[in-house]
Amino acid sequence: MSAPKIHIAALCKHFVSGGNTITALDHVDLDIGANEFVCLVGASGCGKSTLLRAIGGLETYDSGTLAIDGAPINAPGPERAMVFQHYSLYPWLTVMENIRFSRGLRAGRENLTESDVEAASGRADALLALMGLTHAADYYPNQLSGGMQQRVAIARALMNRPQVLLMDEPFGALDAQTREVMHDLIRHVHRLERSTIVFVTHDVEEAIYLGQRVVVMAPRPGRIDSIVTVPLPDAREQDMKHAAEFLALKKSLLARIRETSGMKTDLEQLQRLSGAET
Amino acid sequence: MRATSSSRQARYWRVRGALPPRVYLAVALAGLALPLALWMWLSASGAVDKVFMPSPLDVLARLVDWALEDDLAGDIRVSVGRVLGGFLLSAVIALPLALLIGTYKPVQAFFEPLTDFIRYMPAVAFIPLVMIWVGIDEGSKIAIIFIGTFFQMTLMMAEDVRRVPMPQIEAAQTMGATRGEIMKFVILPSAWPALLDTLRVTMGWAWTYLVVAELVAANSGLGYSILRAQRFLQTDKIFAGILLIGLIGLLMDQGFRWLHRRKFPWMVQR
Repeated sequence: MSAPKIHIAALCKHFVSGGNTITALDHVDLDIGANEFVCLVGASGCGKSTLLRAIGGLETYDSGTLAIDGAPINAPGPERAMVFQHYSLYPWLTVMENIRFSRGLRAGRENLTESDVEAASGRADALLALMGLTHAADYYPNQLSGGMQQRVAIARALMNRPQVLLMDEPFGALDAQTREVMHDLIRHVHRLERSTIVFVTHDVEEAIYLGQRVVVMAPRPGRIDSIVTVPLPDAREQDMKHAAEFLALKKSLLARIRETSGMKTDLEQLQRLSGAET
Repeated sequence: MRATSSSRQARYWRVRGALPPRVYLAVALAGLALPLALWMWLSASGAVDKVFMPSPLDVLARLVDWALEDDLAGDIRVSVGRVLGGFLLSAVIALPLALLIGTYKPVQAFFEPLTDFIRYMPAVAFIPLVMIWVGIDEGSKIAIIFIGTFFQMTLMMAEDVRRVPMPQIEAAQTMGATRGEIMKFVILPSAWPALLDTLRVTMGWAWTYLVVAELVAANSGLGYSILRAQRFLQTDKIFAGILLIGLIGLLMDQGFRWLHRRKFPWMVQR
């Protein structure tokens, strides 16, 4: 493998909460290649969001290496765009103004030529069309459904042509049908934009369907448990979710997460409790 | 099938239930008309001496008299000027301070405990000090209104700024925004509706402190006229002054609400 896009080695982070020190990341090692689509899954508290936010420069770390193209990450930057689960759109701006937000910042700082401005508006139009939002350009976010709001958030993140797209449970609040549509859309975006995508989710099926690799993380302390390469072709279809190898992988990943989460359903005790009632 | 009146009533009284606009208007008008009717009846019945409880018509007549014979317009102008002076001075200092307190922890650590402490000092008790420091001219009234509103306003506005959703700020950071750009393009526009609401609420307090200031040290204004009316046992003028201040306050409140609707059309839900 050539030099990784994102290089993570022995990354550690601790929180102090109520006098206790919690290890959010315990010597995490992970290399992510250019144009790779990697999903992070795991039980709550496994540090998957912390790791993603650290890559985004939104979270500090205590020790270890975290670098993009060999340069250490210690602040957010426009080459690493982030899509959040919700509340990240600017409700006072229209859909189009939201998407062009990052261009507005650059326009204030740089001397943009006329052709730059033209290219930007072409880019914004293309992203609107890609997301199926052309008719909604002048709407405010409050007037859109949850799925359409996330399309705007993705388009806005793509506007700057980021090298890395970081997604923090972006479809976690959407209904099942909308999620399926968004899955195919984001796969399409990945092929088209050739950006590196790191995607955090608690949904194993989502992780397998989207990712080329799935990183399973475990809590207490937050660490990488295992990394699997998804045995599916790059062109994915919804029907693949019912294929035997998909289901087998899903089963084994769910088992890993259940084992590492430390949470178990004690069926015997449940039966004893319900027996005592009758 | 027609809803029976009892089932309709049950709907009105549902927890967090809705009212048809016409019913709402009717109930609201009744809420205003009933106290007025009660007042008219009480003063007409003769149960209470006219000196203590003038009739609404007496009050109206006094108001006309005040406008024609005396300088009502001047009193209103002076009082509104003082309120706006103190209020605007508060707002102009409180807004940038609140933006910094709500955004940067060191600024919060430095100012918030101090502001919290001063806020509990009664503004009215500052009056003697203000009179020694500033004197008894216009500056003292504005100073009292300032002391009464500024500290609360700063704390409430800082809270408004803190309520700007973190993902909005972080999204800007991952799009390469600088700290100044985040303040200008994210925090301020995001907090504006809440800030305007805080201004609306604190405007009410500014009126309270205006009357306090004018009761103590003034020779013009609505509050001063109320105090002077008491000396001459002109209860109807006291009533007129109080009602007038209430009315002006209501108008300003409605002005803020109108501005809110006009400036923030994007807040309307689908």
